[in-house]
Amino acid sequence: MDPRSHELHLPTPEATAALARGFAPLLVPGDVLLLSGGIGAGKTHFARALIRALQDTPEDVPSPTFTLVQEYDTRAGPLVHADLYRLAGPDGVDELGLWEAFDDAICLVEWPDRLGTEAPADALHLDFAVGADDESRHLVLHWQTSRWDDRIPGQAA
Amino acid sequence: MDRPPLILGLESSCDDTAAALLRGREVLSSVVMGQAELHAAFGGVVPEIAARAHAEKLDLAVERALEDAGVTLPQVEAVAVTAGPGLIGGVLSGVMLGKGIAAGLDVPLVGVNHLAGHALTPRLTDDLTYPYLMLLVSGGHCQFLIVRGPQDFSRLGGTIDDAPGEAFDKTARILGLPQPGGPSVEAEAAGGNARRFALPRPLLDRPGCDLSFSGLKTAMLRERDKLVAAQGGLHAQDRADLCAAFQGAVRHVLAEKTRRALALYLEEAPEVPAFAIAGGVAANGAIRSAMESLCAEHGVAFVAPPLRLCTDNAAMIAYAGSELLAAGERHGMDLAARPRWPLDASAAPLVGSGRKGAKA
Repeated sequence: MDPRSHELHLPTPEATAALARGFAPLLVPGDVLLLSGGIGAGKTHFARALIRALQDTPEDVPSPTFTLVQEYDTRAGPLVHADLYRLAGPDGVDELGLWEAFDDAICLVEWPDRLGTEAPADALHLDFAVGADDESRHLVLHWQTSRWDDRIPGQAA
Repeated sequence: MDRPPLILGLESSCDDTAAALLRGREVLSSVVMGQAELHAAFGGVVPEIAARAHAEKLDLAVERALEDAGVTLPQVEAVAVTAGPGLIGGVLSGVMLGKGIAAGLDVPLVGVNHLAGHALTPRLTDDLTYPYLMLLVSGGHCQFLIVRGPQDFSRLGGTIDDAPGEAFDKTARILGLPQPGGPSVEAEAAGGNARRFALPRPLLDRPGCDLSFSGLKTAMLRERDKLVAAQGGLHAQDRADLCAAFQGAVRHVLAEKTRRALALYLEEAPEVPAFAIAGGVAANGAIRSAMESLCAEHGVAFVAPPLRLCTDNAAMIAYAGSELLAAGERHGMDLAARPRWPLDASAAPLVGSGRKGAKA
């Protein structure tokens, strides 16, 4: 059985950003990245670096915690950065228009547990955890379909 | 002298649905329908994100605003509506209603930038003279602006990651305190020793007015986890001390960056120098008093509009609209809702990483 998971040690915030930048050009609309992990685990840091790597004209990439959703026009197509922390459950997701975005945009979703069982089956899961020191992070990537098999960042061929 | 026009303001760009009536600088009514009750069943702090809920509540808000002001709809002489930035569904609801009312009454319509509404509030409340320095600091925003006119803003700097209000909320989450985090962290901090924990001062070691608050939350987590590992949990005093250290760090960084922003602003030799702070974070006593003494030190008037006009409301939208209308601005039925709408499009985007802050 193919485990379809991959673990990475990210020694510094810059390593997290570099991973995001390297991954960015491989993304196409319809790709959904679910970013899990506690406060300060590096979810927004990863998302911000990824979004910047796809912008022709750099602009602010604010935290979506308050606005819930930030939309961007990127070189790779529309991109949606969402933070579902403040949602109570999948009901609120309807109102955000996320289901449509899952089909039409590159989606970076923080606190995806709010999606419950409605999370797209072919999403890439990125689980972040604080490492042994202030700077480092531990990242586990996992996925269930062949959609991601050839695109996993940092995975040796 | 002609009486200033009666302006209806509409605001629906974020959590709240609001309508207000304004004549000149007189707020005749200001209705803000929070959405908490709608979601009380969920037991958490749930934002109102539903365009549908805005659409359902907006006309009720207008009705109540008219009633509170003691006027009728046909007396309205202009409509000002938030056209962005914000959640597109909510903004659209307001824009559609604004267009409908303006078309029905055959009165001018003007689209207002939500952030301009906040930035112009000190003129509504205190009649400040342009240019003044403004710190917009709330859950979702943190920026220094020189306000030169209703559509003329220069951004001196802002947060490159989290806004301070968000940092307060997340600190509360980390320490198991109730939301919103601002008041609960401030209350805890009152009984704490700010010197026990040394938290970083992000970006303090770099020139300019940009700020960063993301690293603070990581540092808070670290201190909390160390205590939990060492003693199996947090004592009440630990929590108070952590809150005091956090609040002290935010205050220190905001004060130091404000000092720099004031220096840049004063270089322009404004005729009536003034500094205004607006947004939920301005309600924090420790932060506010630091700003007050800074201003006193520089001979700059300090203004902090009342909280009800600093949080989202429609009176500020009506006021900003009145200035735009006076400047001859009019918008047609093609007024579009804009999810993103920077106040100062010429300012460089806020990039970089503030993680490596100077240690306190």
